[in-house]
Formats: sequence, structure tokens, C-alpha cells
Amino acid sequence: MWLNQFLLLGAVLFCIGVYGVLARRNGVMVLMSIELILNAVNINFIAFGAYHGTPIGQVFALFVIAVAAAEVGVGLAIVLLIYRNRSSIDLESVDLLKG
Amino acid sequence: MTPAVLFASETGAMTAEHAGWFLENAWIFPAIPFVSFLLILFFGKRLPKKGAEVGIAALSAVFVCALIAGAQWISHVDAAGAEHGSEPAGETDEGGSHSEHSAARLGVVRQGTDLKLAGTGSSAEEGTASTKEAVKEGVEAAAEEHHVVLPVVTEWKSNWWTIGGIDFGVGTFVDGQAVMMLFVVGLISLLVHIFSTDYVAGDIRYTHYFAFLSLFTASMLLLVLANNLVMFITAWELVGVCSFSLIGHWWEEQNNSNAALKAFLTNRVGDIGLLIGMIVLFFTAGRGETFNILDINIAAASGTVSHTALLVASLCLIAAVMSKSGQFCLHTWLPDAMAGPTPVSALIHAATMVVAGVYMVARLYPVFFEGLSIAGSPINALALVGAITTMVGGTLAFVQRDIKKVLAYSTVSQLGYMVMALGVGAWTAAMFHLATHAFFKACLFLGSGSVSHACNHSFDMKYDMGGLRKYMPKTHATFLIGTLALAGFPLLSGFWSKDEILAGTGGFGLSEGANGNYHLMLIMGLITGGMTAAYMTRCYWLTFLGEWRGADSPNAHHAAHGHDDDHATAVAHAGHDDHADAHDTHDAHDTHDAHGGLPHESGPRITIPLMILAALAALASLANIPEAFSFVPSGWRLRFEHYIEPTSTYFPKISHAEFSPAIAAISIVAALVGCGLVVAYFRKVQATDPKATELADGPVSRGGLPKVGYNILANKFYLDWLYTDVIVATVKGPLARGANWFNKYVLDAIVNGAATVSKRIAGFTYSVLDQQVVDGVVNGTGLGASETGGILRRMQNGRVQGYAALMFAAAAVLAGVFVLAI
Amino acid sequence: MVAQNIFFAIIALAMVASAVRVVTTKNILHAALYLVVVLAGVAAQFIITGAEFTGVTQVLVYIGAVIVLFLFGIMLTRARIGREEHVDGERRWIAGVVALILFAVMTYALVDAFDTEALDAQAVLEPQSTQMVSDAIFHDYLIPFEAVSFLLLAALIGAIVVARRE
Repeated sequence: MWLNQFLLLGAVLFCIGVYGVLARRNGVMVLMSIELILNAVNINFIAFGAYHGTPIGQVFALFVIAVAAAEVGVGLAIVLLIYRNRSSIDLESVDLLKG
Repeated sequence: MTPAVLFASETGAMTAEHAGWFLENAWIFPAIPFVSFLLILFFGKRLPKKGAEVGIAALSAVFVCALIAGAQWISHVDAAGAEHGSEPAGETDEGGSHSEHSAARLGVVRQGTDLKLAGTGSSAEEGTASTKEAVKEGVEAAAEEHHVVLPVVTEWKSNWWTIGGIDFGVGTFVDGQAVMMLFVVGLISLLVHIFSTDYVAGDIRYTHYFAFLSLFTASMLLLVLANNLVMFITAWELVGVCSFSLIGHWWEEQNNSNAALKAFLTNRVGDIGLLIGMIVLFFTAGRGETFNILDINIAAASGTVSHTALLVASLCLIAAVMSKSGQFCLHTWLPDAMAGPTPVSALIHAATMVVAGVYMVARLYPVFFEGLSIAGSPINALALVGAITTMVGGTLAFVQRDIKKVLAYSTVSQLGYMVMALGVGAWTAAMFHLATHAFFKACLFLGSGSVSHACNHSFDMKYDMGGLRKYMPKTHATFLIGTLALAGFPLLSGFWSKDEILAGTGGFGLSEGANGNYHLMLIMGLITGGMTAAYMTRCYWLTFLGEWRGADSPNAHHAAHGHDDDHATAVAHAGHDDHADAHDTHDAHDTHDAHGGLPHESGPRITIPLMILAALAALASLANIPEAFSFVPSGWRLRFEHYIEPTSTYFPKISHAEFSPAIAAISIVAALVGCGLVVAYFRKVQATDPKATELADGPVSRGGLPKVGYNILANKFYLDWLYTDVIVATVKGPLARGANWFNKYVLDAIVNGAATVSKRIAGFTYSVLDQQVVDGVVNGTGLGASETGGILRRMQNGRVQGYAALMFAAAAVLAGVFVLAI
Repeated sequence: MVAQNIFFAIIALAMVASAVRVVTTKNILHAALYLVVVLAGVAAQFIITGAEFTGVTQVLVYIGAVIVLFLFGIMLTRARIGREEHVDGERRWIAGVVALILFAVMTYALVDAFDTEALDAQAVLEPQSTQMVSDAIFHDYLIPFEAVSFLLLAALIGAIVVARRE
């Protein structure tokens, strides 16, 4: 097994996740795409860890998982708040920063 | 011959030593009247006699100084003669040795230095050759008198101002003719001043009149004494200005101001010749560096200047003489100048100003003598002009009814004599005639002024005069003496001076010692002599003989006369000494009849000058008794010539004609014939009616040739018509219109075209270059900025995903940069 | 090794397809479910490479908790059941371009750096034990571990604070 296959897989997932972050209108969908990105990163970590034969890859992946979970929680809380205030989580309508 | 003439200014001082204070300080002669002019102008109105006393005082001072200057000059001449002993005269065949001798005394050097002066020109040789024998006896008889006399030339400042590398100096040049003119001008101006105090008494511009009389005297004296051409021209113009101002003294009447303008403008025409002539002399005889008259004369006499240049200069200066001295073509202003007051006419237009042209020719005589080749020829331009003028003046004097106009044409005629005399080489005769003419013409003019005072201030002989011998004895006597002098009655001065001129022509071999053979001039001179006697007899008869016509003359009740010498309106008389009644305004001349209406003699201030002048007119000829009268001691003969004629070598070797009994006899006969014819005519006229002035069925009224002749004379040979209606009208009419058309449609079109082109260019520049290009760039910059802003603004849409997209893209690009490049 | 490659290929394909469907489907619920597939595939990949503990943790945390959170989130924000028309932004082509650029750069970098490096086959067959991982965490990386736990606490409190009803 080549290292590159895992890395490329990770790159593909990452890019798909980037596309999702930038293209999706729904806030939850954006969060899902962020999950994609994070998982792609995890694959990279694990691959490198396996490549070098150290557990560091796994350690870092575990940390990423933990942070991702926390991030999803807070993110969803924010999305809920947006929904509560605007009755919609269409990110295209959230343009208070417009200048 | 090699010219070795050095200018006087190059070799040192010019004055003769100790020539007399008034000769060396001759600046006082113009200065005194000029100061008087200023004083009268500023203070005259406040003085008791309104400025006249200042003028008379100044002129008395000038006259006295002129007498003293004359005495000093005479002693100067005598002193120079005593030093020389029996030096041979200039007119010998040893031209070389004489020039060597006289060169040392020419004043070109101070004593002690020798200077070789080359021969004085071929014309002198010719003249010398032809007059050798005739002159030798005169030479021996008057050996001690023919010596070189230094003129007294004082250079006050040789470079008073410098411009363009040329120095203009001021100074005086005193020699015999200047001293003579000082005497003449001083005397006549003084007598005119005295006369004027009575004549223009009560005039509203009395003070101004006396001021300008003083200014005129100052200018004339400056002209006489000028030592360089620039001063001369300045003084020439100044006398013209004074003449203008005085002719137009009563300028309220259009005729008077027109006459003044005519005088001035006609003189202007001649001044073109003056300026060109002087400039030519400056560049040729003055070698382009000096205006000094003495230097120019030396150069002209030495033969170093080209004959053509001198001829051109002479011809141009003849034009100036024509205008100022009333010679043929440009004489038309003189009769009209009679519009001025009579004393002014006497002073300016008879005795002094009009002779300025003659004086100029006499001053610059070497130029004319060499340029026109006066010696040995039968005709030249100057003599011809003079001769024609005498005839023109003589014929026109016959048809005048205004006494002053008769005298004016007579002046023209006599000036013609003087110019003719200069033209034939009779220099002394011309100057002598100038002096005697000044005396008797001034006497006649002042006499006419006296007469007019008695006759309703009118000068019309036919209407207002006649039979005045009964009423005005003194005026009558003086006028008669003046008339006889003018007509050439033997023993009176006019006869002698005129005879000298005629003898000087040398025509038909009737006289000996003349410079040339001017037959035509002799003929014209004799004819004019006859005419002079005739018209003066006519004038005298109409004025003094017969019966007085003034009582029933139409002028007696006229409010406005056609005569030019009338007082303007609002004349307030200050009071006469001898008229018991006051002359009121012009309209009240009816009251003139109130005291009987008969004319009466004028007061002493008028008659005394008349008597003085008549005496001089009678006796002045004694100054120049010809050589032929051997019963007169030799020390008494030719005094005038002895003292007045220059004898320095710059003066051409003119020969002096002898007194010719033949010419004298012919001229006497001509005068008697003329006089007799007129007397016979008037006897016939007044046989029927004592008050008639012309034949009722005279030749003129019968038509035909006499009538044509009369019309030509009455229209003054149509010269005025030519000048005014032809020449001036052409300039005013077609020429002016043509010039206007050219200006409007050509020059203005060019200018306007240039303006239109500029406008178009400006418009193009504005609308295209400025508005579109420049503003386009400027606006484009702004537009670009705003458009860019507009574009970039859309990024700030507040949408997070947009920002995120930018971030990711930037990160990708940076990553690419890092991967690929670094 | 061949079996692992085959399995890797199949699972990778499934993952990629599901991931694409996650970001392109118009049904938000289906997106969540497709995400489950992706997450599961990731866990499988972990196990293939011998990271057993992480694989299991992945299943537990992601599929067990995070997805449930997503589902709750979908429910609470009244996501539309069924197709929803406007799920993609207006400028999704920009997103596509950015993603492509990113993919190009990454691919180039990866291929250039790790051309055909191979994983150590023996190490894969003998997976690293959980003990090794715990040793690493609690011995070498204790402080990050504590930091993460702190982070989790902060996130917990923060989420509660943010989302509670007044």
C-alpha cells in the first residue's frame, strides 16, 4: 500500500469538504462539510503514523476527534441561536457584515 | 590736390583772442528775450502794463547789447586788419601762397602752429581767373582791408548730449552777418514792441502777445547765432511756432486760425527739405561726426566733399528756403499770414522770420556756391527760383485791394531778389538788401497799421482809404519814403541794394566783376523793378491820394469784416492816449463816425517808430557806398561789405561786381515808366469821380485776354486751388478712402482671420483636447477607481462563505507558491 | 497485501462517492446519512492501516454522537423533509474552482513528495496496540490531553450558555 493512496484519498475528501463549506447554504450542511475536512485530516495523520510506525499519528487523530466533537457541539449551538433569531439558517441571508 | 583740411574742433580752440565780451558771450542775446518771455508769461497779468514793460525793457537791453556787439565786431575787424598790414587779398592768382598764409590765421590753429591748407577748390580758380584784372586795382586800393577775420565761435559744450555715438553741442558763431542780424532784429523788434503797445492796446490777449513777441525774438536770435545745424533747425522750428501763434492771435475768427495753420503746414512741407539737406551735409561735409557750421563750411569750401552731395544738399535746402522765405512754390502762406496783427506782420513776415531762409543760404554759402556751381554759369536753381519769385510777387501785387496783401506780395518779390542775389553770387548785395528791406518794409507795414487804425481798422484800400495825406501827415511822409525806397528811387537805400543785386547778375556784360552771366535774371529783375514801382505807386495813390472814401464805405457799419486783421469780439480797450473817445466793442464802430468820422493821425508810439525806420530806409544805403564813387574817401566806401562779409578761407572766393551806371540807368527808367503808367491811369480814373478807384469800363471789364489775365492773378495763379482742391483733396478723398478700404478689408481681414483661427484652435483645444482627452483621462482615473471599488465592494457582502472562499483560494495560491517556487 | 488494497479501493470509492453526495444532495437528511457512510469508511480505513483504537473511537464518537447531534440540529432547525430547492449558494462555481485549485496544488505536492512510498507491510499486519497509544498520550502528550479535556469542558459550558433559552 502506498502512502500516497491514503494521502490522495485524504486530499480528495478535503477538497470535497472545502467545496461543501463554500457552496452550501444551510449552516448544518456547512458543519457537515467541516466534518468531512476533519476526517480527511485524520486519514492523513493515521497514514503518516502508519508510515513512520509511531503512535503519534493516532494520538493526534484522537485529539482531532475530540476537538471536532466539541466544535460540532458549539457550532450547532450557534446555528440553533441563529435559527432562533432569524427563523432561518440560510447563510446567504446572514450578511450583517455587509459593508 | 590732397585734402588736408582738419576741422577746427580737432585742432583746438576756435575763438579769436579777446574779441569782445559780447561776441564771446553771445548767449545773452537769446537768453534775455527768453527770460522776458518766461517773466511775461508767469507774471505779466499782474504787472501794471500787463507785461509790455518787461518786453520793452528786455528788447532795449538786447538792442543796446547789439550796438555794443557791433562796435566790438568793428574793432575786431579793424584789429585783424591792423595786424596784417598789406597782405594780398584772396583774389589773386597765387591761390597757393595765400591759402598758406591765411591758413595760419584761419583760426584752425592757435598762434604759432603752421598748418598746410590745400587749395580751396577749382571753382575759386575759375572765379579768380575771370576777375583778376578787375579786382587787382580794388585790391591795391583796399589792401589793408582784405584780410582774414576770425569769426568768434564759442563752444559752450561740445557734447551737451550724446546719442548713437554722435555728440550734439551748443555754442555760438558770431561773425559779421550775425552781428548785422543782431542789430536788425533787435532794432525792429524793439520798434515793433513800442508800436504794439498802442496798436493792440486793450486786446484780451495782450500779455500773451508780448510774451510770444519775446519768444520770437529769442528764437530768431538763437537762429542767427547758432553754431551747429541742430541748434539752427531747433530755432527754425521755434520761429515757425511763434509765427503760428502770432498769426492766429485772434483765432476766434476761422480765417485767422486757418491762416496760421496754413503758414505752419506750408513751412512743414519745406522743412522736409531742410532736414534732408542738413542730414546730407552731416554725413558728407560733416564726415558723419559733426553738425558744426564752421566745420561744414570748411569742408565744403575745400573741395573734399563730392559735388553731387553738395548739389543734393543745396537743392533740399532750397526747398526749405522756398517755404520759409516765401519763394515761388510755397509762398502761398505769406499773403494769408497777414491775418495776424500788423506789428507781427512787420516783424515776422517782413523783416526777420522770412529772411531766415536767406540767412541760412548766406550762412552755408560754401555749400551752395560749390554745389550749384554759382560762379561762371548762366543759370542755377537758386537764382531761377529767386527770379521767378520776384515776378510772381510783382504781378500778384497788382490785383490786391488789401494794403497788407500788397505789402505781403511785395515782400515775396523782394525776398526773391535776395535769393536771386545769393544765386548769382552777390552775397554782400543780398545781405545788404536784407537789411535795407527790413527797414523800409517794416516802415511800410507799420505805416499800414497806422493807416488802418484811422480807417475803421480796415485794410481795404478801395473802400476805406484815400486822401489820407491830409489827415495823417507823419504817416504819409514815412510811407512815402518807404515806398520810394522800395521802388528804387535813387539815393534811397532800396535803389542801392537792388542795383548791387542787378549788377551782380552780370548779365549781358553790363556790369563788371560778376560771378557769372545770368542774363535771364537780369531781365526778370529789371522787369520786376518796374512792376515794383508800379504797384507801390498804385498802393500809395489809393491810400493817400484822391479823396477819402471811408465815410460811405460799406465797412464803416459792418459788424464783422472780411478782413483778417480785425479785433475779435469782446475787446475792451484800456484807453488810448490820443483817442479821446474809447473804442467800444466791435459792433459799436458806428460810434466811430460820432467824432466826425474823419481819420486822424496816430499817437507818438506809432509815429516815432515810423520815423526812425523811414530815416534808416533813407540813409542805410550809405553803409555800402560802391567803389566807383571815388569822391567819397576810401575809408567810407563799402563799409558794409568790409565788416559783414566773411573773409576766412572757408568762404568762397566770390567776386564783387562793380557799380554799373548802365544798369542803374535802365532800372531808373523802368521804375519811372512803371510809376508813370500808373499815375496816368489813376488820373484818368479820378478825372471823372474823385472817389473812384478803377475805371468803370476798364480793359478787364471788357473781357477777353485782360479778363483772363486778371482772373489768373486774382486766383493767385491757381496755386491755392492746386494745393487745396487737387493735392489735398486727392489725399483726403480717394487716397484716404483707398487706405481705409485696404485697412478694413485687407489688414483687418488678416487680423480677424488670425483671431478666427485662434478661436477655432482654442475651441478645438477646449472641446477635444481638454474636455475629451485630458478630462477623459482624469475622469477615467476616477471612473476606474470607482469601478474597481464597485467591483471590490461586492466582496464585502457580509457572507461568510465568500470570505471563506477567498481565504481558501489565497491559501491554495500560497501553497502553490511555496510548493512550486520554494 | 492485495486484499487490503482491494478493500481500500472499494471503501475509498464508497467514501468519495458518499462525500460527493454529501455536498451535492438536495435532501439535508440524506446528506447526514451519506456523512455516516463517509465516517464509517474513514473508520474502516483506520482499521486497514492498523489504527484500531482510533477506528473504534471514530465510530463511537463520530457516528454515535456527532451524527446524532447533526440529526438533532436538523430537527431543531426545522429542516425541510425531502428535497429542498435552494441548498447551494449562488456562487458555487467559485467554490468548485477553489476546491479544484486546492486539489491540484495538493496533488502535485503529494505526488512530488511521496512518489511511491510504501507503507511498511509488517507494521500494518502487527497493529500498534492500544497500550502504545495510551502510553504516548499519558506520558508524552499529557499536557495536550489535559488541554483537550479543558477544551471539551469549555465547549460544553459554552454550548449550554449559547443555546439555552432565556
